[in-house]
Amino acid sequence: MRRLGMALALGAALLAPAVLYPVLLMKVLCFAIFASAFNLLLGYTGLLSFGHAAFFGGAAYVAGFTIRELAWSPLAAVAAGTVLAGVLGWIVGRLAIRRQGIYFAMITLALAQLLYFICIELPQTGGEDGLQGVPRGTLAGLDLSNDLTLYYVILTVSVLVFVLIHRTIHSPFGQVLKAIRENEARAVSLGYDVDRYKLLAFVLSASLSGLAGALKVLVFKFATLTDVHWHMSGDVVLMTILGGIGTVSGPMVGASLIVTLEDQLADKVGALVTVIMGGIFVLCVLLFRRGIVGEASAFWQRLLGNRNSSGI
Amino acid sequence: MKTKKTVVPFALRSTVAALALTLGLGAAIPAQAQVSDGVVRIGVLTDMSGAYSDLAGPGAVIAANMAVEDFIARQKPGFKVEIVSADHQNKGDIASNKAREWFDRGQVDAVTELVSSTTALAVMKVAKEKNKIALITGAGSSRITNEDCNDVSVHWVYDTYATGNGTGKAVVKQGGKTWYFLTADYAFGQSLERDTTAVIEASGGKVLGSVRHPFPSTDLSSYLLKAQASGAQVIGLANAGADTINSIKQASEFGITPKQTLAGLLMFITDINSLGLKATQGMYLTEAFYWDMNPETRAWSKRFFARHKKMPTMVQAGLYSAITHYLEAVKAVNSDDTQKVMAQMKKAPINDFFARNGKIRDDGLMLHDMYLMQVKKPADSHYPWDYYNVRATIPAADAFQPLSQSRCPLVHK
Amino acid sequence: MTEIFGIPLLALAGQLLLGLVNGSFYALLSLGLAVIFGMLNIINFAHGAFYMMGAFAAWMLLDNFGIGYFGALVLAPILVGSVGVVVERLLLKRLYRLDHLYGLLLTFGLALILEGLFRNQFGVSGETYDVPEVLEGALNLGFMALPKYRVWVVGFSTLVCFSTWLIIEKTRLGAYLRAATENPQLTQAFGVNVPLMVMMTYGFGVGLAALAGVMAAPIFQVSPLMGSNLIIVVFAVVVIGGMGSILGAIVSGLALGVVEGLAKVYYPEASATVVFVIMAIVLILRPAGLFGREA
Repeated sequence: MRRLGMALALGAALLAPAVLYPVLLMKVLCFAIFASAFNLLLGYTGLLSFGHAAFFGGAAYVAGFTIRELAWSPLAAVAAGTVLAGVLGWIVGRLAIRRQGIYFAMITLALAQLLYFICIELPQTGGEDGLQGVPRGTLAGLDLSNDLTLYYVILTVSVLVFVLIHRTIHSPFGQVLKAIRENEARAVSLGYDVDRYKLLAFVLSASLSGLAGALKVLVFKFATLTDVHWHMSGDVVLMTILGGIGTVSGPMVGASLIVTLEDQLADKVGALVTVIMGGIFVLCVLLFRRGIVGEASAFWQRLLGNRNSSGI
Repeated sequence: MKTKKTVVPFALRSTVAALALTLGLGAAIPAQAQVSDGVVRIGVLTDMSGAYSDLAGPGAVIAANMAVEDFIARQKPGFKVEIVSADHQNKGDIASNKAREWFDRGQVDAVTELVSSTTALAVMKVAKEKNKIALITGAGSSRITNEDCNDVSVHWVYDTYATGNGTGKAVVKQGGKTWYFLTADYAFGQSLERDTTAVIEASGGKVLGSVRHPFPSTDLSSYLLKAQASGAQVIGLANAGADTINSIKQASEFGITPKQTLAGLLMFITDINSLGLKATQGMYLTEAFYWDMNPETRAWSKRFFARHKKMPTMVQAGLYSAITHYLEAVKAVNSDDTQKVMAQMKKAPINDFFARNGKIRDDGLMLHDMYLMQVKKPADSHYPWDYYNVRATIPAADAFQPLSQSRCPLVHK
Repeated sequence: MTEIFGIPLLALAGQLLLGLVNGSFYALLSLGLAVIFGMLNIINFAHGAFYMMGAFAAWMLLDNFGIGYFGALVLAPILVGSVGVVVERLLLKRLYRLDHLYGLLLTFGLALILEGLFRNQFGVSGETYDVPEVLEGALNLGFMALPKYRVWVVGFSTLVCFSTWLIIEKTRLGAYLRAATENPQLTQAFGVNVPLMVMMTYGFGVGLAALAGVMAAPIFQVSPLMGSNLIIVVFAVVVIGGMGSILGAIVSGLALGVVEGLAKVYYPEASATVVFVIMAIVLILRPAGLFGREA
């Protein structure tokens, strides 16, 4: 059943550029990676970071800078962005896991804001102009300036990331993370070095967020302050909640919906776009905390359960 | 994205963001017209709700529609003209996505407005890639006609070189010899300070010092005290938006003005409107347009006011001028082919209420006069929006960066 | 004149006083956050939005009803506080049994909604609110002119902060409040209406934010975006001070304002980041925060 769903999704993704706009699709994929990476932390470790824009945007600037100023290949630049995000994640993680719950969220938010201010002041980022005109370059002989080529490259990377996340969740490491989420005290008493696990999860999540940010630079050919702004951190939280915290496909669904919505609303509602985003936030928290995927699968379970019980 | 089409709505409400209209001579499309599909489509991509929505935003969409209606009425062209608009939310990715979609699927021929440098620079590159036209009115980065220039983009209204330099040069000439800068500490503020310092020194003035404040800042009083202690005659505000507004407000609170004069290096009439004359009186700033300059500007601005309930900013007036010039060029060459239209636009001088003998240079800069304004005292303001005394006209050649200094690759071929 | 690192002593004192003005805002806001957190276990992300609404309320009261600054100082917190009460009844109440993080998420969404609505209504350039006539003008300190209004802000907000502290620590009402924080079931059993107290506490905390907004209106431009950046700094203040103690919230708010003021004098480039850096250092040296009780 799940296999079939995955195969269908992959098939749809392969054919999508025929119907939908490739650049928009690539944006969706980047945010799907970002949200899935975020979900690894929130959904499977129970840590709410409000500062993930720092990793996403920080990596975007690094990738943009290395390509444009140092003429690195896109592969090397994306790798550099990912590594930098991992290092940043290690620093932020080390500080933030010293506190729990709400404090954790506030610390990550504050540290991300620190990075935001640094990015504004650095001349390399171009301030409000942004780091513009980053060429896409070539990868193993493929010309990435072609939208379709780049789309399939990014699709491949996305699939790899989703497999990686899937494997992580179901590995012993992932099981420990879930144990921490469910009951941290018990995990400690079982002898697990909880902070170490949390930090590892944080670094992994940050690196993958960085990967998403670096890929986005290839798509749009620029990195801007929007990528490191706290609104971006809020967006990724929203995508994850809307899709379903702690579900594998939830963040992808959430990312597709929010990105499409933002794009479609651009010429229709003006300032009300933030009101709508805020409204979705409030509705999700109040009414369906399991998110779209979570609610759907719960509904499906109930349906199956009812049929079984009535069958006898 | 689907573009909705409606027939000319007369009362355009500013809240209506999904705005598109079809104008023209109905079905009568002459066979010889080479305008692709018989319709010239212009996309207004602006900030409808963010930091720049007051100086561009809904007012810019109104100005664009006025330009189209006036053009149709005056020229009765053999093609239709359509305006589509969208809110780019000051995000580069949304702007470039929208522009791409318009060019690829919406048969849009030119995209315009583009307030905020992030979006302007991003969309210029899309326009170049798709060989379509970008007419930039709202953004001010001088990179648009320097490092990032291209042959399909025109920078119509102002750049930070012109507003900074214009103010610097003209204020020194008015007697403001010693300066101190309050600079927003990021690329924009730093380059504004650097460029303006150069022109002040070249004009015989002296810069006593500067303080760099983080962007954004709300409390600028500490920095203002430093500026006060410097004893400079003029405090140059190398910042923008809310930072500038708070600087001015707090300068008046601390009694720094009117003893020392403030010079805004990038300001708009909407900023003056929101601050009020009490706090801004005596300030110098450079603008490309003021509604109350002559009968022509007044006539147009009053029509604009009737729709928008606010007087136009230079960006909104400039947008009308840019679209009009573009449409005239399309009509002259009877084609919407990008290269032909651009050639015609560069050939024809621009003469309207906004610009006199304006000319588009090879780097894409529309060369026109700028004006040094001084904000009136509250007692001298006799009717709504009576804000400025025009102190000097800065001739186009002095206002903008000389072509010889341009860093645009197109110039030094 | 005596100089400290090249800055005349008196000028430095003036700058520190200015820092104290910002510190007053931090103190009022972090106090409100601490009071709400103590009772509801919620971090109120919408606090910045309520601060903004306080400033707008003052402006609207003047513009529409001719009610001046001092009237607004009383009315705006009540009005905005009532909005807070409604929010608590309609929305937050449903979350008390859930993880605290949901409260943060809900109020984040709320902040977006409020900010967006005001932006849609008033645009972004904002409105100007004048200093009340009695407090116009400046005290001449010889080396600088200190606006009377700023002195008032420091004085009045310190008064409000410490009265709040006294009420909570020394009065019967405060005792109920502290009891309800420690053990709501037991307190309820003793006949104290705990849900009412929770509601009023949230309203009060929100009212404090609105009060800060009214006081900020004559200094800063009244704009829809005025609260959103501020709130992140206040979060850092709260992490530094720890939310276990009311006094801690007040003192760390004032102190960080002064520290920021110092940064503005000696190294202005870092004045936006200094609070965050201090937060990081505190986390390394004393993870529970300076006044924190939790381990």
